[in-house]
Amino acid sequence: MSYDVMHAPSAHHDEHEHHQQETTIFGFWIYLMTDCIIFGTLFAVFATLCHHFAGGPTGKDLFDIKNVEIETAILLFSSITYGFASINAHKKNKGAVLGWLLLTFVLGVSFVVLEINEFHELVAHGAGPDKSAFLSSFFTLVGTHGLHVTIGLIWMLVLFFQIMGKQGLSTRMQTKLTCLSLFWHFLDIVWICVFSFVYLGSVV
Amino acid sequence: MLGKLTLSSIPYDVPILVGTFIGVAVIGIAVLAAVTYFKKWGYLWREWLTTVDHKKLAIMYVVLGLVMLVRGFADALMMRTQLALAYAGNPGYLPPHHYDQVFSAHGTIMIFFMAMVMMQALFNFVVPLQIGARDVAFPLINSISFYMTLVSAILINISLFIGEFSNVGWLGYPPISELQFNPGVGVDYYIWSVQISGIGTLLTGMNFLTTIIKLRAPGMKWMHIPVFTWTAFFACVMILTTFPVLTVSMALLALDRYLGMHFFTNDGGGSVMLYLNLIWSWGHPEVYILILPAFGVFSEIAATFSGKPLFGYATMVIATGIITFLGSIVWVHHFFTMGAGADVNTFFGIMTMFIAVPTGVKIFNWLFTMYKGRVRFEGPMHWIVGFMITFSIGGMTGVMMAMPAADWVVHNSLFLVAHFHNVIIGGVFFGYVAGLSYWFPKAFGYKMRDVWGKWAFRFWFVGFYLSFIPLYAVGLEGMTRRMNHYDNPNWHPWLLVACVGVFVLAAGLACQVIQFVLAAFDAVNKKPDALDLTGDNWGSGRTLEWSLPSPVPHYNFARLPVIRGLDTFHIEKELGRPAPVSELEPIHMPKYSAVGPMLGACGLLIGFALVWHIWWAVIVGLVVAFFTIVHRSANLDVDFYVTVEEIRADEEAFARRLAAAKAAE
Repeated sequence: MSYDVMHAPSAHHDEHEHHQQETTIFGFWIYLMTDCIIFGTLFAVFATLCHHFAGGPTGKDLFDIKNVEIETAILLFSSITYGFASINAHKKNKGAVLGWLLLTFVLGVSFVVLEINEFHELVAHGAGPDKSAFLSSFFTLVGTHGLHVTIGLIWMLVLFFQIMGKQGLSTRMQTKLTCLSLFWHFLDIVWICVFSFVYLGSVV
Repeated sequence: MLGKLTLSSIPYDVPILVGTFIGVAVIGIAVLAAVTYFKKWGYLWREWLTTVDHKKLAIMYVVLGLVMLVRGFADALMMRTQLALAYAGNPGYLPPHHYDQVFSAHGTIMIFFMAMVMMQALFNFVVPLQIGARDVAFPLINSISFYMTLVSAILINISLFIGEFSNVGWLGYPPISELQFNPGVGVDYYIWSVQISGIGTLLTGMNFLTTIIKLRAPGMKWMHIPVFTWTAFFACVMILTTFPVLTVSMALLALDRYLGMHFFTNDGGGSVMLYLNLIWSWGHPEVYILILPAFGVFSEIAATFSGKPLFGYATMVIATGIITFLGSIVWVHHFFTMGAGADVNTFFGIMTMFIAVPTGVKIFNWLFTMYKGRVRFEGPMHWIVGFMITFSIGGMTGVMMAMPAADWVVHNSLFLVAHFHNVIIGGVFFGYVAGLSYWFPKAFGYKMRDVWGKWAFRFWFVGFYLSFIPLYAVGLEGMTRRMNHYDNPNWHPWLLVACVGVFVLAAGLACQVIQFVLAAFDAVNKKPDALDLTGDNWGSGRTLEWSLPSPVPHYNFARLPVIRGLDTFHIEKELGRPAPVSELEPIHMPKYSAVGPMLGACGLLIGFALVWHIWWAVIVGLVVAFFTIVHRSANLDVDFYVTVEEIRADEEAFARRLAAAKAAE
């Protein structure tokens, strides 16, 4: 993390940078684990409330599995494209990194658009989050995931422009890309749980 | 434009609040005027407000914690005087609605803004020094943590003068905290101040866990880590596993109140008991998060003032780990009366009783550390002896209530209130105060006057028993907590005694304030015998922080220490310090940054705007925060090197001071 520093013996400098990189990624792992507990808690809340329909519609009445399957495919595919971005980052292949990031971004945006569309339709059919405890917990769990994806997309956009700018694929940028990659794959795993427990669980 | 905020939100018709406001305003203006008069704004901004130095952040945490201690204590004084008066038809001076806010604020402040703040102060100051690190893993995030805590403390104090505070207790139980029964802004103030400070704590947990795992000096194996750092480690583990649950609980309550959802409402299929399970699966570990570092402080102090190594270091570490585990699976004992059934209650009851075993191990370890040692009863040592007596009593009443059958009788009575004050004052508070006086000379380079510390202890010790033993008694006689007035003539004498007790406690607090004021006075006058020349102020320090000059240079260690076992500094005093083999090298350090204060300001704006439904301000806050972060992430000029000349000058000055101190002996 030391670019402007004069007088620094360069071997010492590199060693420090390497150490810092490792520490940052470790710290980010710990952050992800706390995020995991947030999702775990929301899943527990959903498990408790998923039959509290309060006379309102059930998951079976509401969910369109086809749409959710498309969302799932898009998100899983975006993890693969991010993987290619990571590989090219290690090869210091700037153009390819930018290309794969852009593709990942487009996939991510399509996921969010599909999700917003789904939420909109539910609300339009009178099945909004204020209808029943079941719907409150559904919207909160899925919405929290969607919010995470959105934040991931904003982060991706910022990194995209920073890579284009003077930072390029510096060590510091590589660390950032690694953190975002962990974040992105993590959200994928969470989504698999959402798909299995929330959607499939509700319609089966 | 201003959401729900109107002029009538300001409680200018409540004389107590108007008086408080005038007092706070006068003090505030005096402070601001003094800073301006002495032209210290630049200094304050450059050296303190933008700092990322863990030692300075620790000092700011202490200041915040002390201010909030006084605030929370004022609430306690009001409650005890109210209950001394409000008997047999006399309504007292606090109407129920105001009284409810006072006890809610007292609990919230003492846990989140006194105890948690003091704990983070100790983490910040001690952990990097004990493990031989030059800073924490993420210095800027450390500063952000502080500002999240600071602004949520400010938010809770704003609620005094604009609007109202929550009136539903420190955990905000639904359904009474729901919009249906609580349409005002009080609960919203509670939600957002807890939420923002929770984010700060979570970041602290992440930061210090990474620091302890990754930044230990070369050679420091796991079983060479000083006990305080071990307790910090386990406290961080619990912070990371449970604070996310608090975040979720607060968020769901907010969703109920803001978007009409049905998580905890009476209608729409909501489940009140879900909230209780969530909040207590954070809340119970929380008390262990607070007490473990206090145990760590006592372990350091017991060894230092007994002139012996800590008895049973390994068992101490293991016991801490076991408490961490058990403390996370006992939360249902807070609501045995929920009726979860005999099986569930039995499990949680037995698990709760088990915690007495590792805690007992610790008590015996401290006793055996003192046994046959050369015990010196200086200030910090007083608190540990007071702690062992008081905490044991509190632990025993805890085991009593761990029996579901007994708990059904005393549930939500003042017996419970007496129990948790017994362990929190006698354990957490005594521990943190002991730590404060123990490490104070290290932080500032001069000593506090011990005699005032001893008087503070005496008042706190006696005052504690006067205040809370009566509460055990009235609790057993059936007095429930949070009562505003009563008619039972049997309770009155007990509550009069408790009221006397709280004034004794106030005397203790006054002694502590005097101790700080006199320390500052001694420092300004450069009183010679107050100076800590050697860095090993107590003469028998064992861990690395005592090998450093006081106050510690901003880069902590001129050369990274080589760890030679447990208590390296003690080993070096016994066997002689090895001559440094390596040349001094420039030290890489982070630059100070305005990002912390910026994000703090955004946090305050967002919190306040959310309370009052001023949506545009929420958006402004978020946008500014976003650009602050982006700007920071594009900034490559974030660090610098400390020159060898500066380090050498510091080292030589310290060597001269050590030589002078030796000659004076």
